Amino acid sequence: MTAVVTEPETGQNSKKTLRRKVVESNTQLFRASPLNYLVLVITFFLSVFPLYWMLVMASRTNDEIVQMPPSFVPGSNLGTHVEALFDQADVLFAKSLMNSFIVAGTITVGVVIFSSLAGFAFAKLKFRGSNVLLAIVVLTMMVPVQLGTVPLYIMMDWFGIQGSLSTVILPYLFSGFGVFLVRQYAIQAIPDELIEAARVDGASTLRIFWSVVLPGLRPAAAILGLFTFMTYWNDFLWPFVALSPENPTVQVALSRLSSGYYTDQSLVMAGTLMATLPLLVVVVFFGRQLISGIMDGAVKA
Amino acid sequence: MSDTLAPVQPAQTTRPAWRVRLSRLDHKGSPYAFVAPFFIFFGIFGAFPLIYTFWVSLHDWPLLGEHAFTGLENYQNLLQDAQFWNAAKNTLGIFVVSTVPQFALALWLAVTLNRKFRAQTLFRVGVIIPNVTSVAAVTLIFSMIFAKSFGLVNWVLGGFGVTAIDWAAHTWSSWLAISLMVDWRWTGYNALIFLAAMQAIPKELYEAAAIDGASRTRQFWSVTLPLLRPTLIFTTITSIIGGVQLFTEPLLFAPGAGAIQGGTTRQFQTLTMYLIENGFTRFEFGYAGAVAAMIFLLVLIISLINIWLVRRLVGSD
Repeated sequence: MTAVVTEPETGQNSKKTLRRKVVESNTQLFRASPLNYLVLVITFFLSVFPLYWMLVMASRTNDEIVQMPPSFVPGSNLGTHVEALFDQADVLFAKSLMNSFIVAGTITVGVVIFSSLAGFAFAKLKFRGSNVLLAIVVLTMMVPVQLGTVPLYIMMDWFGIQGSLSTVILPYLFSGFGVFLVRQYAIQAIPDELIEAARVDGASTLRIFWSVVLPGLRPAAAILGLFTFMTYWNDFLWPFVALSPENPTVQVALSRLSSGYYTDQSLVMAGTLMATLPLLVVVVFFGRQLISGIMDGAVKA
Repeated sequence: MSDTLAPVQPAQTTRPAWRVRLSRLDHKGSPYAFVAPFFIFFGIFGAFPLIYTFWVSLHDWPLLGEHAFTGLENYQNLLQDAQFWNAAKNTLGIFVVSTVPQFALALWLAVTLNRKFRAQTLFRVGVIIPNVTSVAAVTLIFSMIFAKSFGLVNWVLGGFGVTAIDWAAHTWSSWLAISLMVDWRWTGYNALIFLAAMQAIPKELYEAAAIDGASRTRQFWSVTLPLLRPTLIFTTITSIIGGVQLFTEPLLFAPGAGAIQGGTTRQFQTLTMYLIENGFTRFEFGYAGAVAAMIFLLVLIISLINIWLVRRLVGSD
């Protein structure tokens, strides 16, 4: 729009100054202004505040929670509430935590192994129909999984495993996202020469996978593992439908805790705190990896 | 890469014939063995349920007892079912109310994160924290913040003289509260995705635009946004798939006995809630299957509209 105004009129000199101006304005373009910092700080505050608020409420008694005006610092009852939470007989909170570890852990191991196998094959092996099969893998990412709730429920009845933890593990052992992620990583991280050399030495494909490819895939497998664990630690709908109240995952236990006749708000908040804690630990230790995982995935997808 | 992986014929003729055959079998067969686990599990627990949903939806299929083939009857009933259309309206409404500001904010945040600033990792981790927290936990926290008598929101609004709002009781307020939960969770995540795409844009383009005298705002509209188009399409489709499946937030927003109905007058019951209500409260699997099929159709239609819309808005290449 303003192009006409800044157009160089005469000679080399004005062109040079223009170029300098442009470079300056560009460094300016990418330097953060005070306003940018303000946006970042507000964003950070908004991100963290609900979690801080959870801590405040989990550590205050029910009488204090409903007090007006509210107090913004944690109280002293966190220990009592956590204890009471684990003592609640009909919620089975300890068992639900254990169940969530088993479910999310098993799914993570399965997804990482199956995705590494298939991702390696799609990246490095030539076989008939590989393009079609890869297209199917990508399409599986587009299908809303929850639509299968009814048939899955009927199928679990066929298998005779209704209500058991297997019902919420089996349907999740395949991941199109995982296969795609490993494939993209393997293409650039594992040199063909390495595989070729192993082949000349007479190694079988499985042997090559195990001793040459798998070690190189470790970073991708780690990121995939992190995401898978968190996804299924947080999964709600299918466990809510499939699991019996005597055998819940932690998210199902939370919903039971909050939907009783008399809801003990401080206990609910202590529960959410316990259910969130493992995730926060993951973020503190692997935050950088999570971010690069999300951003790398975005560029490739 | 193309010919390096051609079958390696053993040079020495001393190798026993069975080893050669074994190696050839390994070469031809093992790729399929490697992808087999994925496709076996996908076949049983991904593809089959999807097809089976359609089959079930053609039946009158109660939890116990015989099921009878009824053809398209479930679909005919569904099209005249006011509760279904109500759930569809709520799902689309909440999707629009949450997604539009979410994308605008995410773009803004991405532009900000794309600048040079201190404590980069800290701020980025801050942006991603909401996304890793569990949906159920987040909903319970926000339900407290939106509580009528002691919630933080009403307290703050009270400071401005607004009388306490019963957030779950009205359509507009419940949509707003649920949208806020969704946005809290996804804005930062989408901002990171946009940021990744922005960082892939060559800096020379901005220099060229600046030489042509384009202002920063102008550069955003004419350089950044058009080049983000594939990312925008991708993110919108993931948002649609997620938005149509919205379940946990509205379910736990007002927990209790009739939670699956989404409020006393179903003012925030989503399609997935209606699916679960039919399947697992009324135990009418056939009807629930029809709801699932309609949701699938809806995702398809909105995705196509979206691709067309983004093309129109952001320009074609």
